[in-house]
Amino acid sequence: MSGPVELLDRLSSVRGIRGSVLVSAADGLIVAESLMTGVDGRAVAALAASLTNRMRRATECAGRREPVFLQLQAPSGTVLAAPCGELVLVAIAGPDVNVGLARLEMLNAAGRLA
Amino acid sequence: MSDDIRGMTAELAADPESLVFLDLGEALRRRGQLDAAYKVMRTGLARYPELARAHDLCARILCDRGEPDRAFEAWVTALQFDAGLVSAHKGLGFLYYQAGDLASAETHLAYAAQADPDDAGSVAALERVHADRRAGGQADSGTEEASAPGASAATSGELSLSAGPPVRLSASDRLPASPPLTFSFDEAAPSPADEAVFTGLDGGADGLLLLDANGLRLGGGLRDPDGRDVADEVAALLAGVSKEAARTARLLSLGEWSGLAVECGDGNLFLSAPTDSTLLLTVRGLDVPMGRVARFADRASAAARVWLERGP
Repeated sequence: MSGPVELLDRLSSVRGIRGSVLVSAADGLIVAESLMTGVDGRAVAALAASLTNRMRRATECAGRREPVFLQLQAPSGTVLAAPCGELVLVAIAGPDVNVGLARLEMLNAAGRLA
Repeated sequence: MSDDIRGMTAELAADPESLVFLDLGEALRRRGQLDAAYKVMRTGLARYPELARAHDLCARILCDRGEPDRAFEAWVTALQFDAGLVSAHKGLGFLYYQAGDLASAETHLAYAAQADPDDAGSVAALERVHADRRAGGQADSGTEEASAPGASAATSGELSLSAGPPVRLSASDRLPASPPLTFSFDEAAPSPADEAVFTGLDGGADGLLLLDANGLRLGGGLRDPDGRDVADEVAALLAGVSKEAARTARLLSLGEWSGLAVECGDGNLFLSAPTDSTLLLTVRGLDVPMGRVARFADRASAAARVWLERGP
């Protein structure tokens, strides 16, 4: 079975993805990362975990099941997140990414990590 | 103590900021543990002083405790934060009726009945007030003594609330001799304003929720799969999401965030920001693909902007 770093490297090889990070959902700390230089991984991890936790609570309050995939959209790129147990898999992608393909890769990786 | 109450108490102890205090307060009220329910609500209101639904529940507890004066104050406060809250109008209608102010009772009950024509309780109560006014002949001329100086009713059905002293309410000898009027406060119907934002769009009362930066509902509505109104709780939980999303996008030099798509096991949610200070939540089932949810959210955002510019 692939380790977290191998899974992140594979995910980061998807065209358009600039990097990925595995975050502890509880405290937003980095567990493993595969990021391009210049990206503040710690800040991204903390914010992505916080957003994911907030949406998890909101969906629970709305009587829905837990989020399985989140996408923060912006004109110059997107942040993708897939909760997996006590961890959150986060990927940063440019505007040229194939979100559908990235989503499949992330859900696959999240399933293995969970 | 039931398992539900025990569970909610534990949840609240673990997370004092949780909105579970609303459910816990209601559960305790239904069990007749009014002092405990009141204590829970006071603690919750200290954290969420602008949550209309919390003031409304507090009023119901006070009503059950036989404190109509304080219940009146709590309902007036609830309407200051949500002028269209139907249950607060019903409560005030009930109290005004008890005080013998049939004109004010009629105003509040008419609003409640108009907002939710399917609520047999409001409709029947309004008919009862009409009948009493006809029988007693005490239309407008006899209302000054008991009317609340802190609340005046506009002809449009919306309340214009001033900060006047609360009325002293008591079961006076002016109370009609007919059988007591009873109300059920257990329904949670959307107010007309809730749906007005998204007029013409599917989901104006359930599945489209517009909130401000503080997590307070501006319009729309949201119900869980069991039909329970969860709009206020979800709105409160979403407060601050806009700032976090903006910070994340800015940190990564992605530009202004335009949407947050959330895929759940049983539904699709889409968050967008119609304006800098508002947030729109669109909720649909899995049968609606995320792409369509996002396009629908765009239309709802446009409607929200028009509504915000025009003024509620």
